[in-house]
Amino acid sequence: MAGSAASASAPGFFRLLSARPSVLVAFALFVAIVAACVLLPLLGVTDIGGMSVRNRLTPPGEGGYLLGADAFGRDLLGRLMVAGQVSLGIGLGVALLSSAAGIWIGLLAGFFKRLDTPLSRLIDAMMAFPDILLALSLVAIFGGSMGNVILALSIVYTPRIARIVRASTLVIRELPYVEAAQALGTRTPTIMITHVLRNIMSPILVQATFIFAYAMLAEAGLSFLGVGVDPTTPTWGTMVNEGRQFIDNAFFLILFPGLIIAASVLTLQIAGDGLRDALDPRLAKET
Amino acid sequence: MRSYLVRRLVGMVVVIFLVLTIAFVLVRLAPGDPASLMLGPDATPEEVDALRIRLGLDQPIIVQYLTFVTNALRGDLGTSLFFNQSVTSVLATRAEPSIFLALFSLLVALVIATPIGIWAAYRRGSVGDQMSVTSAMLAASVPSFLTGLIFQRYLATDLGWFPVSGYGSPDADFAERMRHLILPAITLGITNSALILRFTRASMLDILGEDYIRTARSKGMRERRVVLRHALKNAGIPIITVVGLTFALLVSGAVVTERVFNLPGMGNLVVNAVLRRDYPVIQGTLIVVAALYVLVNLATDLLYLILDKRVKY
Repeated sequence: MAGSAASASAPGFFRLLSARPSVLVAFALFVAIVAACVLLPLLGVTDIGGMSVRNRLTPPGEGGYLLGADAFGRDLLGRLMVAGQVSLGIGLGVALLSSAAGIWIGLLAGFFKRLDTPLSRLIDAMMAFPDILLALSLVAIFGGSMGNVILALSIVYTPRIARIVRASTLVIRELPYVEAAQALGTRTPTIMITHVLRNIMSPILVQATFIFAYAMLAEAGLSFLGVGVDPTTPTWGTMVNEGRQFIDNAFFLILFPGLIIAASVLTLQIAGDGLRDALDPRLAKET
Repeated sequence: MRSYLVRRLVGMVVVIFLVLTIAFVLVRLAPGDPASLMLGPDATPEEVDALRIRLGLDQPIIVQYLTFVTNALRGDLGTSLFFNQSVTSVLATRAEPSIFLALFSLLVALVIATPIGIWAAYRRGSVGDQMSVTSAMLAASVPSFLTGLIFQRYLATDLGWFPVSGYGSPDADFAERMRHLILPAITLGITNSALILRFTRASMLDILGEDYIRTARSKGMRERRVVLRHALKNAGIPIITVVGLTFALLVSGAVVTERVFNLPGMGNLVVNAVLRRDYPVIQGTLIVVAALYVLVNLATDLLYLILDKRVKY
């Protein structure tokens, strides 16, 4: 995601980002988590499939298991990396899908006065449902698969993007260059995309980063509740749920997946904050 | 002022109406016939037909919708398939732990967040400020089930300071029941303190830049008095609105927290309803919570209006 922002104003963006070392560190850490989840299983460093009754619940650091072994004797580090692909994938999928949907709804509401009231009220109504509650109701209806969890969470977070896009569109729509384009007879869809959307990409990008983080937390919550993805699919949330049975004698089964969720969400949020400050210096002063 | 009130109330009615519509549509979105879905694969066609008639599914969709809305407005949210009782009464029996958990955790969040937020704003840019902002972010990033399980394992099981889980024996008195909410409330309060802290800090920063603060200082007023009397009094008003905003966060967190500590609240009820495909309960909970959210936000906005004389609509 940073790539698209960088292409918008590459030198300024990186200069601002490097002026905030904490943001840079957070960003690098998040990239490291993603890289580890993708690369470690590929390199075969972690032996995910290997079950062994003898090694079940091995504590961290013993018998060559860096983070210990789970109830089936599988290497916890390897499980975490494979589960991470699913958890991160869901977060990214939700961020992309809700942005795509929210952009259209927000542009329509912001651009056409007649659509504004009904769409805005619908957004208000959707946002009256707390995220986990709405997500678990949707999963109950669609059924729990990875695709359905992404769909459910995207429905939950679409109004957040739509609201920001609408508000930004309302401002941009009144600017002289939009008026000029209209006077020149530019078609409305072209104005919406080339003149409006291109100029409101930064707030969308910032919000999408936060949604990436919220979606990962929500997915973990759903899986922890046992209503998320199929329980046999490893995600960081399902791993915590599985680990609950061994809370008294193998707390690390809960602790490590929980910590990696927290680390991913925290680094994403810091990166999102940094992005916001870098892309909109006016906001940085206020918060 | 009056026209603002009218506008807000009309807006609220429209949103509640849309909430009902969304809740109605959601359950109809489920693939397949709701009646056979609710009864499961073992049901005979006769049973399915009987349930269809009981639920009014044989009526045209618009009639079903109107019946649903008028019933809901009268407080009839249908019948739970699992408990075979009205959804309203099932929800009512689960309300106590949820309501007190929400109140206590809000209290915990305010007690943690307000002083730190004020202090961070006052020491803006200092190491302490940066640390409190970062810890607020950390609090919002740690899944509440992780905090809950850590507390449960170490503070309840190992140290025995708090009950491990549950809501006391069935005949437990009120104090005993509340004792079971302490640890869940701390867990949820920590998670929710993040937003309040950031909000307090931001509104304090605004106020500290105001002219009357400079005037108070130039009069030679003691710094402590400037911050606590003048600044806090004015920063407190916007903090009220954040209480409305945290409501949704509180409910989402409560669902998970009630599950961790096995509290017989509405959150636990709705998760079980999802696992049992008890659609009327899911639908009813959605409606009640969303309506509460709308009301809480209206209330905080009005309170803001009453307390801050400068705000005119």
